[in-house]
Amino acid sequence: MNVSSAAVQACGLVKTHGQGQSRVHAVDEVDLEVPQGQMLAVMGPSGCGKSTLLHLLGGLERPTDGEVWVAGRRIDTLSERALARMRRRSVGFVFQAFHLVEELSAAENVELPALLAGRSRRQARRRASLLLDRVGLAARARHLPSQLSGGQRQRVAIARALVNDPLVVLADEPTGNLDTAATLEVLRIFEELRSAGQTFVIVTHDERVAATADRLVSMRDGMFVDDTRLAGSHPRGLGGLIGLEG
Amino acid sequence: MQDAVLAMLAKEPSHGYHLHARLRRSLGPLGESMNRGQIYVTLARLERAGLVVGEREDGLPERPERKVYALTPAGQQRVAAWLAEVGWPKPDLAEFHLKLAAAAAARLADPVELVAAQRRELLRRLREAQQAALAEPAGSGAGLLLEGVALRLRADLRWLDACERAWSKADDEIEGG
Repeated sequence: MNVSSAAVQACGLVKTHGQGQSRVHAVDEVDLEVPQGQMLAVMGPSGCGKSTLLHLLGGLERPTDGEVWVAGRRIDTLSERALARMRRRSVGFVFQAFHLVEELSAAENVELPALLAGRSRRQARRRASLLLDRVGLAARARHLPSQLSGGQRQRVAIARALVNDPLVVLADEPTGNLDTAATLEVLRIFEELRSAGQTFVIVTHDERVAATADRLVSMRDGMFVDDTRLAGSHPRGLGGLIGLEG
Repeated sequence: MQDAVLAMLAKEPSHGYHLHARLRRSLGPLGESMNRGQIYVTLARLERAGLVVGEREDGLPERPERKVYALTPAGQQRVAAWLAEVGWPKPDLAEFHLKLAAAAAARLADPVELVAAQRRELLRRLREAQQAALAEPAGSGAGLLLEGVALRLRADLRWLDACERAWSKADDEIEGG
């Protein structure tokens, strides 16, 4: 198996819930390879297994069958402890409900995973201030999550996901709780990170988020039903979008 | 295009290249492929229709790029009528709808596959529109236009989802009985 260029890879991935008659295949024999620098979006109706897939790829859940590789290393057989270390170092998570620690300021929320990964207080602080600046929140670093808007909270969560320079960012409905303006802010940040070569797997049912990706996979009943490459220039050019030509 | 060029002349008589520059400014990245030749072709048609007059500047040879174009009274009326008009271009949903039905009836192609191919195409367009929109500075006119393009594409994508659900169900029913 060639794992050299893949940031994340899954082979024959299966996840079932329940027993006997009521057994449900949330993820059913999925093969997937995400090369470094690719932004992959996974779309599908609720209950199609896309969130479960994301949890399996990030080592938040273990598969019933199959293998998961992150950064060329098989992770589904790791001990709990090694798995937690892998998540801290190689994976950044962004969730629909932000999952910030309410008692900590924006800066402290971003610093936390860096401290847990063994960085010094000074390193963590420097990195957090750099990232908060990058998501346009330098002026809000001392605010508590409750003093921030939904869009600002999600931007803090994105900064937090990036603090340990993860190989891949896994995002689960990152714009699910956001209004249009906040969604555009998040898309702008994702687009910047994508052009800078950050690898992403994003689960979404927002077609705006999906359209930011290089590649789109559609999921139904635990299986991939379509795999589309969105990147690559369009022969008609932008004028074609408003019927100026052809 | 003819109406838009006429309406731009309502401000003041202009050279073709000046109109071209104004159009490009309003359309931003969407107007990049527009060339001056298209403007001159449009102006020539409008002149033949008696809606504009092109006056040659003194002492210069008769070439379209030397002419200053102005609205005639008929042209002014046409601009007023265009502004009052509420016609709206119809997206061609019926054609795609009939394509799916015909493909299914004649077993020429799987409608669900046709929907998937169409969705791929629209997503590529949405990606393009969105990237261009994100690259526009806040408050740009072209950004506003791109937002409209993206909103329409999203509406069409949702309709394709509905098409997929309906045709998948039709499939299941045929297989089931």
